[in-house]
Order: sequence, then C-alpha cells, then structure tokens
Amino acid sequence: MTIKKILLTASVSLLPVLLSAQALDPTVLSKPLGATDTWPTYSGDYSGKRFSSLKQINQTNVKNLTLSWVGKVTPGAGAGGGRGGFGGGNPVIIGGEGQADPNAGGGFGGAANIRASILQVGGVLYLSLPDNAWAVDARDGHEIWHYFWKTKGGTHIGNRGLGMWNNYVYMETPDDYIVCLDAATGKEKWHKEIASFNQQYFSTMSPIVIGNHILTGTGNDLDEPGYIQSLDPETGEVQWRFYTVPMKKGDPGLETWGSLDGAKHGAGNVWIPGSYDPETKLYIVGTGNPSPAYTNPQSRDGDNLYTCSIVAVNVETGKMAWYYQLNPHDTHDWDSTETPILFDGEFKGKQRKMVAHADRNGYFYLLDRLTGEHLLTSKFSDAANWVKEVNAKGQTIRDPKKDSIVPGALVSPNNGGATNWPPPAFSPNTGLFYVPTNEAYAMYYLTETDPRGAMGLGGKDETGLGSLGSYLTAIDYKTGKTAWRHRYPGLGGNVGNGILATAGGLVFAGDAGGNLVAYNDATGKILWHSHIGNVSNAPESYTLDGKQYILVAAGDTLFTFCLY
Amino acid sequence: MRKAITTAVLTFSVLTCAWGQAPPGAGPGRGGGGGAAFPQRAPGDPAVVARGRAQYGIHCNFCHGSDARGGEGGPNLLRSDIVLNDQKGEGIAPVVLNGRGEMPSLQLTAGQIADIAAFIHNFPVNNRDPARFKPPTILVGNAAAGEAFFKTTCAGCHSVTGDLKGIGAKFADPKALQNYWLLPAGGGRGAVAPAHLKPVTVTVGTTTGRLVRIDDFVVTLALPNGSQQTFRRSGDVPKVVINDPMQGHKDLFPKYKDDDIHNLTSYLVTVK
Repeated sequence: MTIKKILLTASVSLLPVLLSAQALDPTVLSKPLGATDTWPTYSGDYSGKRFSSLKQINQTNVKNLTLSWVGKVTPGAGAGGGRGGFGGGNPVIIGGEGQADPNAGGGFGGAANIRASILQVGGVLYLSLPDNAWAVDARDGHEIWHYFWKTKGGTHIGNRGLGMWNNYVYMETPDDYIVCLDAATGKEKWHKEIASFNQQYFSTMSPIVIGNHILTGTGNDLDEPGYIQSLDPETGEVQWRFYTVPMKKGDPGLETWGSLDGAKHGAGNVWIPGSYDPETKLYIVGTGNPSPAYTNPQSRDGDNLYTCSIVAVNVETGKMAWYYQLNPHDTHDWDSTETPILFDGEFKGKQRKMVAHADRNGYFYLLDRLTGEHLLTSKFSDAANWVKEVNAKGQTIRDPKKDSIVPGALVSPNNGGATNWPPPAFSPNTGLFYVPTNEAYAMYYLTETDPRGAMGLGGKDETGLGSLGSYLTAIDYKTGKTAWRHRYPGLGGNVGNGILATAGGLVFAGDAGGNLVAYNDATGKILWHSHIGNVSNAPESYTLDGKQYILVAAGDTLFTFCLY
Repeated sequence: MRKAITTAVLTFSVLTCAWGQAPPGAGPGRGGGGGAAFPQRAPGDPAVVARGRAQYGIHCNFCHGSDARGGEGGPNLLRSDIVLNDQKGEGIAPVVLNGRGEMPSLQLTAGQIADIAAFIHNFPVNNRDPARFKPPTILVGNAAAGEAFFKTTCAGCHSVTGDLKGIGAKFADPKALQNYWLLPAGGGRGAVAPAHLKPVTVTVGTTTGRLVRIDDFVVTLALPNGSQQTFRRSGDVPKVVINDPMQGHKDLFPKYKDDDIHNLTSYLVTVK
C-alpha cells in the first residue's frame, strides 16, 4: 500500500491523520507542476508557467467545486493562542535583530495581505507575510508552527513566499536577512544578512532553490545596485553574486551609462523570482528599472544595461550567458521583473525553446531562451502610449516627450503598470499567455529640474487619472495578439491578481470584485466563482489524498476548494 | 464525512455574510514589529553640523556640491554606500585620509571628519526625494490654440460663460486646474471633485440608481429612497447599463496630444 493510499483511507474513515513534516525530495523540484503531489517552489515548478497538469477539476465539473476549509493567520509576535483562526495555540517562535517590543504587534499600516506563493510539501503548507512564516496542515488549515521576525524596519510591501531545500525553509525579511528554519518545527537554524539595510534595500523575494543554491533577490527604491545572490543552503555562505549593473571599470555595459558612479547607482533590482531551465542550467530573470527612476541626469545617459532586461545567468557560476534589454533607458519606474515563462513550442514553423514575458510597460516579448534571440514584440495594453518605435531588435524605444516633464505628460501605463508582480500563467494546451492587465493613465510632472537629477523615485509628481479598464488578457504567443480578454466590470482599475492554468481546461484568477473565478482557458467564458473577499495571491493547485485542491489567499485567510 | 462537509459549508456562508460588510483583513495590520522603511538618523547637534559645514565648505564643496549631491567631478555623497553605512565618520575617514580614485587624500583630524560626517548625515535621504525647488510654471501652452481646441473638443458639453465661468480664478495652482479638467472626478492631488458632479449611475432592467458595486455576478444600486438593491447577473442578463459622467473625459485620453493639454490649460487660466 502506498503512502498516498494509506492517507486516503485514514481520511475517509475519519481517523486522525498522523502528521509529520516531510523533507522535500530534491528531484521533485525539476518536475513539471502536477507530476508530483506538491507545490514546491514559487511558481509550482521551475518553468514559471503556473500550469498544472492536474485535470480532476475540469470544464465539465468545475461548477461543483466546493469549499474544503478556511484558515486564518494572525501575524505578529503576540499571536500565540486563541486567535480567531483555526486551531493554533502554539507559542510563536521569535527571532530577529530589531529592537521592537515583540508583544507590541506593531505594524506597518494596512491589513495583512498574503501575496506569497504558498508551498505544499508532504501535506503541509508553508506560507509567509512580511516578518512571519507559518506551517499549517494542508488538510484543515491547523497551524503547526509560526515564526516571527523582529524587524529593524524596511518596506513591508509584501513577501513573495518561502523557499524549501530538504527539511529547511527559507524566508527573506524586509530588513534584508535570509532566515533558515527547520521545516518540522519552525525553529531557526541561522540567519544571514543578504543586503545593507542602511543602503535602503528591502527584501521581499521568494528564495529559489536550485540544486545546491539558494537564490535571493532584493528591492531598493534609492539608487543602489541590484544583484542576484547564490547562497549555500546549509550555511548561508555566499557562493556568487551577480550585479545587474556595471560596478567597476571594464565591466561590460559600462558604455551604456554616463559614468561609473551612475552605473553603480543604477538600480536594476531583482525582486521577483526568475525561472530556471535545467537543461542549460540558466536562471532566467527580469531586472528592475534604472534609477533615479524618473529623471535623466548625465550620469545615466545611455541604455542603462542590464536594467529592464531579461538576463540568463548560469546557476553554477553566476556568469551571464545572454541578455536582452526590453526597455532601454526606462524613465517610468517600470520594472521588468515580472515572471519570465519558459516553454517549448513551434514558432514560425520551427520548434523552439522560448521565454515569454509580459512587461509592466504594456508590451509582450518572446525570446529564444537558449540564445536570447528576439522572436516577437507586441503590445498587450491598448492604452500604452510611450513608445516612439519598436526597433529592429524588437526593443521598445521610449518617446522622450512621454518622460516626466514640467508641464505634465499624459502617459499610459501609470506607475503601477499595465501589469505588475501578480504572476502570469501559460497553458501549453491553448498556447495562450494569461496576464492581468490595467489600462490606466497618469499625468507625469517633473518637479526636479536640477540637471543632476533626483534620487530614487523622487523628482516627479504623478497624478492618476483612473483606468479605462482592467482585464484578464490571453495572448497568443505565436502572434503576440490578444486571443481574448475579459474585462472586469466597473470603473476602477488595478493591476489584478495572479493566475493559474490547468490541464482541466481552466484558468483560475481572483477578479476585481472579490471573487475567485474559473474561466474556460480557450474562450474566457466564466464557469465557476466564489465570493471570498479580495483575493491577494495567485491560485495554486496540488493533489492531496488523491484529490485535486485549489488553494488561494484573500487577505489574512486561506481558502481551499475541491470536489467531493 | 458528510458532517464535515456540512460544517465546512456552514462556516463558509457565515464568513461570506460577515464579509458582505467589511473586506477580509480590514483590521489593523500587524505585519511587523515597528521600524521605518529605511534607517532614520537623529538630527545632528547644530553646533557640530555648523562646524562640519565649515569644513565641508573648505574641503569637499567644490567637487561634491554644497548639498552633497555631486558637483564638479565628485559623485553624489548622499547615496554613496560608504556614507549610507557610516555612523560617525568611521567609514568616511579612510577615504578622506587615503583618497580614492580621482579624489586626493586630505589630512584632517578625526574630529574634523566626524564633524563633516555629521553635516552630510544631516541631509535627509529619502527615496521619494521630494523636489527641493519650486519647479517653473507648467504654463507653457498657447492660449489661443487652447481656445480653438476648447471650441472643437469641449464646447459640446461645456461653456466658459456657463458651467466653466470664472474657472481660471478658482485654482491658485495651474497644475491643480489641469488635473481637474482632465478628470474632474479624479483622485489626483489638487483635483477636488466638486459636489455638483453627478454620480455614476447604473440601470438594471428598468431600475436606475447610483452604482455601489458591480462584478460579473452581482450589481448593487443605491436607490433614491436610500435603500440598496442587488441584482444577480449571469452573462448579459439582466441588461446592465452604466452611465459614467466622466466617460467623455476618459474617451479623450487616447486622443490628446500633450500640446493640446498644455494649450487648453494655458487658455483656461485666462477664463476669469
């Protein structure tokens, strides 16, 4: 009898399920999503597709999808015992280097919003909020442990999720540490500083585990250089560091900056995980915008490599194999960090290994992922009005008249972007790339007229003018054209929610009205919904006890659905 | 098993009801244990900062600028990793004493370097870095061209002797006027939506009211009698028509040239 069958029997006969945290079998990480009973890494697998091969839930029966359980988490150190959620009562494990009173609760304003991808390994869910990590029972949401990090500060905008290696779980903190926890107990094994808090870095990224490497990324809204770092999973020692901007004389790309000092303060921070191609050992990731973000000091004259680019870095050496800059010399804080998606397929009569990316700037790009060769550029946001030309290399070249200017430029997208961090998805069955889209406009006024420019995100005043609509957009990768898009009713616009596609012919996403919705993947027709509140992360799917589950978070609450 | 399902369904409906009134997670955030978005420095002792300013003026000002944001050849010090990680001059000292790249070494005492550090650290380093100077006026357009644009584009709904009479006198800041006319109901800074603006209404079948919320599955109207009514939606049934008084403004966004906008603002400021 397999373990799966034993668990299934136990659950059906209402016997208590013996729970013990299970180490993550490293071979699971290189398998496609749905091939194992797990969701072991940020996107479910390395490809970034967020496509599950599971099809127990399909177009025919999704109308019967029903709630399995609801569970709430309470962040903060004072959360132990008697919380409003399910179960709990464990003492909170406290770590951290900050001075804050751990019982004060504290807070950085706003409600707890689970934006993270949630791991599911061995019947345990591992999830996070800034400064907080939990293990909860995937069968009923009961808390197994809760770890709280006393912070020194940092931007608490979100945490994108945890990474797992064997029986270790890793979390980045807003004050720039990576914390390694024992998956079974939540007890801290070690923590290491991954960036300088003094330099105003903040860290939100979900660590990505590849073989013997823990890959981290950071955010920064001042002018500090972006980098990807690889750490030893046992000790946290740095294996390599790859800067996304030139850091010294002779570094490639320096000619695309006005000065070395400009390059070293050129940002390009990497704050969303990349995807990984095990065949080439390339970690393929999108880089952030150049800085200062809105002004054009002489120090950043040029294209500003390797900001707003897709870069492919060898995971063993930390050396860049190729790059493609999507958006030379960005002036709108439009990071290109949105998840690049790897897939194989036919393009113009030839079988290709590709990477696709829908950018905050409103454009969709398709590249050959072995070489970085450009294949296609298209516009998926009708409103985007900042491009002067798509050049021969397929790069979107900005119209300088659409920079922030003193009398104001009317520009779409707004700063939030045509899309943003919420993960897109790709279904190999439909050949469609699904991306949340917002058609918002803003007036961009330049306020810093000192030719040295501003620092960070400063020097401009942006006035939002609302949105012409927000959408779930399905792009045909072969043509770059929109195959269908579903407009969320109403007048508001937002960057939307992350997406899951499945072999059941379904696309799941939170809408703008507080519903989790299942769509027909080929047509966008609505097949099922449940009003659960403001969905805050991308839906996920895995098999547990022989059943396919859909897991999603809305604020501080987890919801799971299945068919009974 | 059946019992378990029933409980789950019950729990779900209770929660769903509760959330009809408040979005989930609307309570106070408890995300962290305190702290600012980036390290904050206490204000420096004015006497020390004054001593530092004098030393800085002598030794550093020419290359790094009087505001430490860079000058003749020297980089911006405020965002320098050495300065950001420095506390009391201990990080700056080796660079000052030994020089670095094109920077010559300077023979200063530890006390003088600490004073200079206090002066530099006294500048706020904000990653939103607000402008330090009042920018020049946004009025760069041609008022006559703006008037012509008004006649062809806006006069169908608006009149400078009617609803827009004296509009130029109502805004002290031309930027606020520009934001206002672009989208009077917008949330932009300085753009205050006046009370006379009509609300967004929606007609569902034969019922019309103010739009409260809408998604693919329900639409809620506020009726003139103060009550609310919610209709279930399924595809195109029932028929729902939204009337957004701002639609005409929004439809123009893809059509404007920035010159049109600047010209029109330059014209409207003259309508007093």
